[in-house]
Amino acid sequence: MSEIVVTHVPHKRNIPFGQEAAGALSIIALGAIGYFLYPDDLAFLTRLIGIAFLVLSLDLVTGYCGVATLGHAAQFGVGAYAAGIACVRGITDPVALLAVGVFAGTIMGLISGALITRFRGLPQLVLSIAVGQLVAALANKLSWLTGGSDGLSGITPGKVFGIFSFDMYSRTAFLFSLGVLVIVFVLLQRFVRSPFGLMCRGIKDDDLRARMIGVSIYPRLVLMYGVAGAVAGVGGALTAISTGVVGLDSVSFERSAEVLVMLVLGGAGHLWGALAGTIIFMIFEHIVAAANPFHWMTLVGLLLILIVVFAPRGLIEPMLSLTSRLRRKGSAA
Amino acid sequence: MSDLLEARGVSRSFGGLQVTCDVNFKLAAGDRVALIGPNGAGKTTLVNLITGDIVPSGGQFFMGGDEITNLSIPDRVRRGLVRTFQTTRLFANLTVADNVALAIMQRKRITRRFFSRSTELPEVRAEWSEILSHLGLDHLAYRRVVELAYGQQRLIELAIGLALHPKVLLLDEPAAGVPHDEAPKILDAINRLPADIAVLMIEHDMDLVFKFAKRVLVLAAGRLIFEGSPDAVTADHEVRRAYLGSYADARRAT
Repeated sequence: MSEIVVTHVPHKRNIPFGQEAAGALSIIALGAIGYFLYPDDLAFLTRLIGIAFLVLSLDLVTGYCGVATLGHAAQFGVGAYAAGIACVRGITDPVALLAVGVFAGTIMGLISGALITRFRGLPQLVLSIAVGQLVAALANKLSWLTGGSDGLSGITPGKVFGIFSFDMYSRTAFLFSLGVLVIVFVLLQRFVRSPFGLMCRGIKDDDLRARMIGVSIYPRLVLMYGVAGAVAGVGGALTAISTGVVGLDSVSFERSAEVLVMLVLGGAGHLWGALAGTIIFMIFEHIVAAANPFHWMTLVGLLLILIVVFAPRGLIEPMLSLTSRLRRKGSAA
Repeated sequence: MSDLLEARGVSRSFGGLQVTCDVNFKLAAGDRVALIGPNGAGKTTLVNLITGDIVPSGGQFFMGGDEITNLSIPDRVRRGLVRTFQTTRLFANLTVADNVALAIMQRKRITRRFFSRSTELPEVRAEWSEILSHLGLDHLAYRRVVELAYGQQRLIELAIGLALHPKVLLLDEPAAGVPHDEAPKILDAINRLPADIAVLMIEHDMDLVFKFAKRVLVLAAGRLIFEGSPDAVTADHEVRRAYLGSYADARRAT
């Protein structure tokens, strides 16, 4: 190939950090709406943000790598328990507790990933359930450490940065969680576009093709699981800090299944899909469960059927195709 | 200079069925070799054996004098052993640029970067846009692969192969399923492959074989029954019998 080649591919129009800024601003705007319009629901919204981390984490392994898992709450729960136990044993600084949650979540992620990504398809799914159940059983049995079925209580974190103490209206907890979400989300936006993130999407599309360009798949998937574990650990730690308790529900099978539903609802393989799914599912559940505590699951089921029938790739997909169509129209005009 | 790729007595059986039987061949730099044979002769099995997708039951492979028989697929790719697929296997949901960029980034060992840009990294971009221009695909760079015509997807297979800077390139029926008027584009791309690499093409289309190959290997029932120039192949009695025999069998079966 010695001939002179003229390249014609035009550069994509790219504002540096434009996407990251847009992501951060959108989350802050959504947070502001919650903070100012629903000041009585901040505890619920804080819980929502905690779960959002878990759904984002699940998106990393399921949406970006194609790993099927029904045991993802393990990472979240281990992060929550680790932060809770650390707090009860005397580490009360919220930022330090977050670090504990991230560390524990990462370790749990690496262990789960090392087991689960060895296999594909149904064995993988069953193994993920097994890992999830094992962690749930341990959380129940080690009651001297975790509080067992009574849950771990008495988590009283100190002030954020030594200034803002946690109040009963959850204002501090909400703003703290929102701030962490903005940071993590922006980092994830960079991460999924990085060479590593792109390669994971490639592996999801066709793993034999990936091996045939020289990629060793297994270590990559384990690494991705570690990152996902860190993100889930953040969510777990935040939930422990803001609610003051960690219960068995945080490692339960139901939690794992619920977040998978949220991800499918919003659209796997998009960070915004994960976020949208969490917001829609949890607000829907919150409203419907309050209005009709006996039949709310029926309504959630109906909502899911509708979405799977009319938007099988999640709610984010129609929105994305709409914006790309508008953009095309805009550039044509 | 040692051969880029050598097979020594390679065999493989599935259960009692001997699919590959004592295959020996050598590829040197600049070789343009075609592997032909009737359907079911074991051509794709042989390719899978070379790439490491299947482990041989006997025999060895060497690259540049080093034994590679027990190396994993990715390790062989890193040594410059690259293949394309008979049916396109691409990252279907990614863009054309991403597909080629992933191969480039993997070769350059930068796919462990967590927060840098990927496809638009200047050194990566310069390379994929050159490869795409070279194959006349530059206008499709930002289209997703699933949206493209089959002939274009075949060219992307080649683009990925080129991006990996192969020493030995295995082309598994590069023109299979391509509309007739687009086949010349594929041949043109193949003819412009770097002169110093060894190319082994598996192909049914004898037109393409004659235009491309300087040497032909004929595989029948898992054995190499002939090796020689394209002209000698058509004259060879045994080759004709292998082909005719399989056609006769096929006709009897229908």
